[in-house]
This record gives sequence, structure tokens and C-alpha cells, in this order.
Amino acid sequence: MDDVSTRSRELRIALVGLPNCGKTALFNRLTGSRQKVANYPGVTVERKEGSFTGPSRRRYRVLDLPGTYSLNPTTLDEAITRDVALGRLAGEAQPELIVLVADATHLALSLRLILDVQRLGLPMIVALNMSDIARRRGFAIDRDRLAQEIGVPVVETVAVASAGAEQLIDQLERAAALAPEAIRELPQDWTDPTATEVAASHARARQILDAAGYREPLRSRLVATADRLVMHPLAGMVILAGLLFLVFQAVFSWAAVPMDWIDAGVGALGQFISGTLADGLLKSLLIDGVLAGLGSVVVFLPQILVLFLFILALEDSGYLPRAAYLLDRVMGSVGLSGRAFIPLLSSFACAIPGIMATRTIPNLRDRIATIMIAPLMTCSARLPVYALLIAAFIPARSVGWFNLQGLVLFALYFAGIISALIVAWVMKRMTGGTTYRPLMLELPDYQWPNLRNLAYGLWERAQIFLARVGGIILALMIVLWFLSSFPGAPADATQPPIYYSFAGMIGRALEVVFAPIGFNWQISIALVPGMAAREVAVGALGTVYAMSDTGDLASTLGPVIAQSWSLATALSLLAWYVFAPQCLSTLAIVKRETNSWRYPLIMAGYLFALAYLAAFITYRVALALG
Amino acid sequence: MNRLASADLTHSDTCPLSTLRKGDTAVVMAVEDAGDLFGDTRASTIARRLLELGFVPGAGVEIVATMWPGDDPLAVRVGGSTFALRHHEARIVRVRRSG
Repeated sequence: MDDVSTRSRELRIALVGLPNCGKTALFNRLTGSRQKVANYPGVTVERKEGSFTGPSRRRYRVLDLPGTYSLNPTTLDEAITRDVALGRLAGEAQPELIVLVADATHLALSLRLILDVQRLGLPMIVALNMSDIARRRGFAIDRDRLAQEIGVPVVETVAVASAGAEQLIDQLERAAALAPEAIRELPQDWTDPTATEVAASHARARQILDAAGYREPLRSRLVATADRLVMHPLAGMVILAGLLFLVFQAVFSWAAVPMDWIDAGVGALGQFISGTLADGLLKSLLIDGVLAGLGSVVVFLPQILVLFLFILALEDSGYLPRAAYLLDRVMGSVGLSGRAFIPLLSSFACAIPGIMATRTIPNLRDRIATIMIAPLMTCSARLPVYALLIAAFIPARSVGWFNLQGLVLFALYFAGIISALIVAWVMKRMTGGTTYRPLMLELPDYQWPNLRNLAYGLWERAQIFLARVGGIILALMIVLWFLSSFPGAPADATQPPIYYSFAGMIGRALEVVFAPIGFNWQISIALVPGMAAREVAVGALGTVYAMSDTGDLASTLGPVIAQSWSLATALSLLAWYVFAPQCLSTLAIVKRETNSWRYPLIMAGYLFALAYLAAFITYRVALALG
Repeated sequence: MNRLASADLTHSDTCPLSTLRKGDTAVVMAVEDAGDLFGDTRASTIARRLLELGFVPGAGVEIVATMWPGDDPLAVRVGGSTFALRHHEARIVRVRRSG
């Protein structure tokens, strides 16, 4: 990679910019699908690299550095940006050119960052991003004058439009053609800017903007009114609760039709296989193991996508930070930062991205507290379990305006949130941290979510989910099928064959532990693979019941369990799943993020205790009430 | 308490940003390096970050929203951006009311 011919053709560039400047959209625009997402060595900050080839056939390697306000880091992410830009991060070559992505609707802060980064002495191109929005809203700037004042090329980009990066690519080609030799070792006598220097750079930025005839429009009355409502202590909370409620109702109602299609598709495939193959082990493996197992998990893809659609749209629109603002007081009272809201909200999709998103919380203790409660947020992997049990046991009747099933789902999510707050409060009490932690959260302008970016995000999620289904879940299904098929039933069997299998033995052994909370051996079996991935429990139940059924595979799982479980058992299992000692991948990520076994072990222990306790109380109360 | 950056401080009619109410406007006079307020060595980091966000002497600020109870946190508009600040960090910003 270091030979001369490659070096002369390839240029390493890094994107630097404020948070919310549209940097990642520009990165997507430049590199398309040629992206690699990994972590920086030794830390868990996401490293996004991509590449593209310019018209001159020169290749560019693009690094999308974490967004930052300055080169004085206050978070791990910001420290990475500074260290990479300085060439100080071990194992990461210093970029040869910086593309500073400036939000054209927030030039004052962007320009200050430009001045900060200029002190590095690296070649730089400024990309005025979102310049279309800026023009439409009435921002004005003399771009040539701006370039002249700061002494680097300034181009306009529109990350969301198809030719939006052409000026930038053009300018890169020119810079690259100039002389790669000019890009050499830099003076490394970097010192972080002092307060006086920061104030001076603001003043200088102001001067430059004045010289370049920068004009910004008055804040629109509509936006100001919207903010008054959205951030009103009472109205804002009502809007937030309404939004969350709408999301959970939509998860159930919008997804119903595509779920029926998937069901029908899986059923047809089963028919086809059972018509083509002769009876035997292979047929049993395909239908009872693979198809019954996978089918019952894949069917939840529509619900997961609806959930993500809302999370991504709320994020893009600028609403999420405002929700964090609204909830800061509540979060603060239990020792969390309002910033913890975003990681916790992502945890509703999956605890893994949520736990990774805690890196934006500057204080370590805050971060650990957030990580520890993240699994209490109802992740989408629990949704299949909830959905199955609710559909089977809770009648779909209306309660006032609402659907009873939706209400129960809402209650389960709510139970997770409340217990998370309680756990956080207890942890605050136990660790007794007194140092103060700031909020300092930007509330960006509202924006219409970009459909292309939404589609991109949803596609990514679908891929992750399906990859999990195809990988770990498929493997577990096959193992489970094996465990539940062998050894076969004895000749004088009085129970279904699975009762005599390995799985049956494990399940019956676990039943001793779980009987007090109302779980039968079928559920106990399903909980074992459920450790690996929660949604597998549903697939496992599918397998267990398909196997123990006397051949009628057409019946779906819901009616089967509705007949064989009591309502108390179903409620107990729901309560168990609010806390369910989380999947192994979550524990693994906690180990990686905290760099110790201590936290994942504490987490698994306290979740198991809470799950057992909650299920026990639910079961006993439900039995007592009949 | 040592001042990291300040404008003309001959006027004594300044108050902490945290004491402003919704709808108030003011001009930033100084950001204080308030290590003793936080009992934390990162306090000057907080002060510097506030400066970086635009809370520099001479900057106009407007309180766009406050949360119950106790008007904490506040949403403050400064230099074309809006930031949510808790009282703790807002009180190291000294301002003079302007309207």
C-alpha cells in the first residue's frame, strides 16, 4: 500500500464538521455503498471509511470523522477526531487533506471550527453543505469572498441531491493534482486552543462573515411557535407521550398486512416442501426445524421496520434532542443525563446500537449507568415474544379509542422504562456520585426527514436483522431441532416424542427452577436458545410445539399455546421478558464497551433476579385473581 | 473566581444566565472558570465548551424555553443555534439583561 505508484494515485481525505452538519449524508453521497464500518483500534468509536474514484481515475479514501464543535475534545468521539486529524492515533494514518463540512445554515459555528482546524496546517477544502436549504431560507454569503478571507477553496454541496458533490469532487481533483509532495510531515507542536484563543476565533469568524456579506434570515415565526409548543413543559410532554403511543399503535396495526403475507408465504413453502420430499429426517429438519423456526422470527420484520422508520424519522427531523431536553429533569433525578435519552431510545430497537451510542455521554459514571439500564428498554427482539403472547391471550377488542392489545404492549414498554428509572436511581444511591455533569445539548433546526436517507437506514436495519436470522438464529434452530429430535421416543411412549429428547431432558430439569413462576417444560426449553438471541425463543417454541404436535403443522403457534397455557403463565412469561437476562451479544458488547467483566456479570445477575421476581409476583397474583 | 474571557465589566448589573426566564433576552458579559462550583477538574472544560458554542462576551442570548420545575434546563438561543443547558452550566455564564 505504501509503494510509490499507489501513493501517487490514492489520496486520504477526512470529513470533519459540526454534529448535525449533514456530514454523513455527504459521506454516503461520495462513497455510495463502498463503505466499511468498523471500530478504531482499542476504543469503541465507530470508524466509517469509504472510497471513490474521481474522473481522473484517482482513488480517494474517505474517513468520516465523528462530529465535533472544536478540537478540544469533551467526549471520546471528539478525541478521536482530534487525534486522527493530528496523526496521533496509533494505527491510523494522518489524512492528507481535510474536507471541512460546514452547515450553510450555521455558518458562525462552522467557521469557528474551520479556523480551529486551520491551525493544523493540513490542506483543506470547505464544503458548504445544505446550501440549497440555506438559499431557500434566505441565507446569503459571498462564497468567493469567504474563500479569499479564509484562504482555502470553498465549494457548495447538497448531500441529498444526486449531483450535489460534483463541485467538491472537482476541487479535490485539482488539489490532488497539484502536488502530493506538498503534503508532507507537519509541525507537531499542537496545543489545545486556550479560552482566549477560542474567544478570538469567534471574533475573527464574525469579521470574516461580515466581510463576506453574510446575512441570515430571521427565525421563522412558524418554527418559533412549533418550538414553543414542542418544548413547553406540559404541552411538550403530552406531544412526546402521544408520539410514543402512536409509534406503538402503528407497530401493531401497520405491520399486520405484510405479516400476513409472510405467514402465507412460509405456509406455502412448507406445503411445497412437504409435497416434494419423502417423509424422513431431512423433511423434518427442513419443515420442523428451519421453516417453523425461521418463519416465526422473520414474520416480525415488518414490525421492526415500522419501529425503525419512526426512530429514524424522529432523529432526522431534529425532534429527538428536544425530547432529551424535555426528559432531562426526569433523567437527572435518577442520576442520568438527558443525553442518555438517545442511546436509550435506540435500545428500543436493539440494546447493541444503544449501548454503542452511549459514547456520546462524556462522563464515565453516567455512561455506565446508561449502559446498565439499556437492556431494560424493550428491544425489537422482544417484540416477537410480546406479539405472539398478546395475540394469543389478549382479546383484540377496543377500549375507548384504543385497542386492548396495543394498550398491553404499551404497558410492557412502560414497565421497562419505569424499572430502568428505578434501577438507575438505586445505582446512583449505591455509587453516590456527586460530581456534576453538564447537558450542553444542541437543539438543531427542524428538517423534513430525507426519504432516501430513511430508506437507506431501513435497508441497513433489515439487512442486520435478516443476517441475524440467517446466521446465529438458523444455527440455533438446527441445534435445537437436533436436541429435540434425538434420542427418539421409546416404543411405549405416552408423551409426544420431544418429551424424551435431549431438549425435553434439559427443559424438564429447568422446569424445577421455573415451575414456581408458571413455566412448563416447553417454555423452559425455549428459554435456553433465547439466551443467544431473544427472538429465538419464539422460533424455539415453534419448533418445540411443531415437534410435540401430532403432525398438524399447518396450525400456527398462537392458537396452540392459547390452548395449552393458562393466562397466568402467559402473563408471567410477559413479565419475565420485560427483564429477561439479555442476549449474549448484549453482554459481549457491554464487556467490550466497559472493558471489564464486572459490568456484564452484574448486569446478567440483576436482570435474572428482577425477571424471576417479576414473573413470580405476576404469576401468583394472576392465579389468585383467577 | 477567575474569568476566562470577559467584556467590559464596569457595570455590576450582571446576573447568571440561569436566572433568566422564558422570553428574556440578554448579552453575554463573561464566562467564569468555576472549578469550585463543580468540584471537578473538568469545570474549565465546560467553560471552554460554552465559549466554543458561542457564549462569548458580546453575544446576544434569548431564552426560548424552560422546563418545569425551577426553569431547569433552559433552551438558549445564541448566534443562530439553540442549546439546552442545565442551571449548573448556565450559571457560569454572566449576562446583562437587554430587554
